[in-house]
Amino acid sequence: MHNHALTPSGTLTGGSPHGTVISAENLTKTYGDVTAVDSISFAVPAGESFGLLGPNGAGKSTTMKMIGGVTRRTSGRLSIMGLDPDTHGPEVRAHLGVVPQQDNLDEELRVRDNLLVYGRYFGLPMSYLKPKADELLEFAQLTDKAKSKVDALSGGMKRRLTIARSLINEPRILLLDEPTTGLDPQARHILWDRLFRLKEQGVTLILTTHYMDEAEQLCDRLIVVDKGRIMAEGSPAQLIREHSTREVVELRFGSERNATIGSQLDGIGERLEVLPDRVLMYAHDGEWALEQVSARGLRPLTSLVRRSSLEDVFLRLTGRSLVD
Amino acid sequence: MHAPEVSAAKARRWGAFYYAEQVLRVMKGYSWSIVMYSVGQPVAYLFAMGVGLATLVDTGNAAFGGVSYLAFIAPALLVSAAVMTAANEFTFPIMDGFKWRRIYYGPHASPLTPQQIAAGQIMAVTLRLVLQSAIYFAAVALFGASPSGWGWAGILVATLTGLAFGLPLMAYSASITEDKGQFALVMRFIVMPLFLFSGTFFPLDNLPLAVRWIGWISPIWHGTELGRTLSFGYREPPLLMVLHAAVLVALAVLGWILTRRRFARRMGQ
Repeated sequence: MHNHALTPSGTLTGGSPHGTVISAENLTKTYGDVTAVDSISFAVPAGESFGLLGPNGAGKSTTMKMIGGVTRRTSGRLSIMGLDPDTHGPEVRAHLGVVPQQDNLDEELRVRDNLLVYGRYFGLPMSYLKPKADELLEFAQLTDKAKSKVDALSGGMKRRLTIARSLINEPRILLLDEPTTGLDPQARHILWDRLFRLKEQGVTLILTTHYMDEAEQLCDRLIVVDKGRIMAEGSPAQLIREHSTREVVELRFGSERNATIGSQLDGIGERLEVLPDRVLMYAHDGEWALEQVSARGLRPLTSLVRRSSLEDVFLRLTGRSLVD
Repeated sequence: MHAPEVSAAKARRWGAFYYAEQVLRVMKGYSWSIVMYSVGQPVAYLFAMGVGLATLVDTGNAAFGGVSYLAFIAPALLVSAAVMTAANEFTFPIMDGFKWRRIYYGPHASPLTPQQIAAGQIMAVTLRLVLQSAIYFAAVALFGASPSGWGWAGILVATLTGLAFGLPLMAYSASITEDKGQFALVMRFIVMPLFLFSGTFFPLDNLPLAVRWIGWISPIWHGTELGRTLSFGYREPPLLMVLHAAVLVALAVLGWILTRRRFARRMGQ
């Protein structure tokens, strides 16, 4: 699956014959003794929404920075639109739109000016930038804030402005590093909607997240990353099918009993995961499994039957939760 | 809209100017205070020192090069003002770029390179130094404190001195990862002593040897001596003039090289 052909770097052809826009082979980044990214390989075809799911410190952001052509890799191969970012940094970055983890808007400039100034870095003329900025403000639902100072914006608005800014050069590839971290649920949904529209327009989205719901909403395919390595790869549905059961029963017996109840639940589900605050019982039919629990005379304080999620996949693969 | 290849080619060629444009736009946001500072500072200093203090100073003293005390200190004030502006422009905004608001990381993700971001910042500040020094010189001329016809060249000397002091400082600013109030210390223990002990208000020879070295290593002294020669033909051997200019150019070039390196390293990990 990692055999996508790399176009010879140094040419400005853009993309490989297979329509691969990004390909990484044994991509590695070390900082001193620490290996942040440990020989990962993946390829992203044009128009795909590709996610890197993993906890903080998994190496997601480092991978994004290498793709974004702002951090040099230690070893391995990396090609973006057929170009090596280490030798063709400006060319690679000219193809991309980047939404960094931390907003770095120019707070001393007004909202619209942030877009104009950023467009100038791409050598774009004002005759193009002025109407484009207005169009992007509309897209980001910030038209009535055009003249505001950036520091007057809410967190969600700043995030949308950062996304608008990243689109000023009409990139075909958009890198989003934890796009909704720190936003309230409503702001997240607005953002997801905007990203979905971009996806519909054929923009390739590369995003990192440690939110499973975000990954499920936005990603066609994702890699689960932990400690710099790829633990699994596939679509959200595939991953759940391969690494979890259809349903999960969440049982809470109180923090005292959760740890000791395990043996009494043996054999009901396919697998049992005992967490400090709850017990997860993996089963194809959750309702049936819950009935079995009652049949054994066990009375959990609360119980919930739900579909398996990427959180369960991650737990299965690493033995840890995504968000600690 | 042009192709990404065109963006990259344009950025490779003009990137530093694109970033300079951004810095100037930000400066435009506080242009009123820049103008007030540029006009108010020379007027206040020239009036206080040149008109007030000068009445107490023996202007017939040969140590002042045979000109009025005002004419003697005007080139020094012009140079010092540029250094103070450089001390501000090459400290806080750099920290803002890397740490506080991380604004360098926006353009860093664009086709611009770290070296171009550094160069753009330097170019914009240089422009500010030229404009400010021109305003300062106009005030000096209005006070009648520039006897020779070459006094205007002090604008360039002041700008060069600002860079000679400011660029090594910029390299230092770019290396700071933790804000522990270093800039306040720089202002108090570097900028102020240099301002006071660089032959600004009296010839450097009047100081005991124990502190005279401060002047020798100070860009302000080198700039001031150059400025005085241009402004009223201060008696100094031509070789020394060349040395003053060489020191200033060397400091500016060294500072620029170190700054480029710091920027590249810090943004390219």
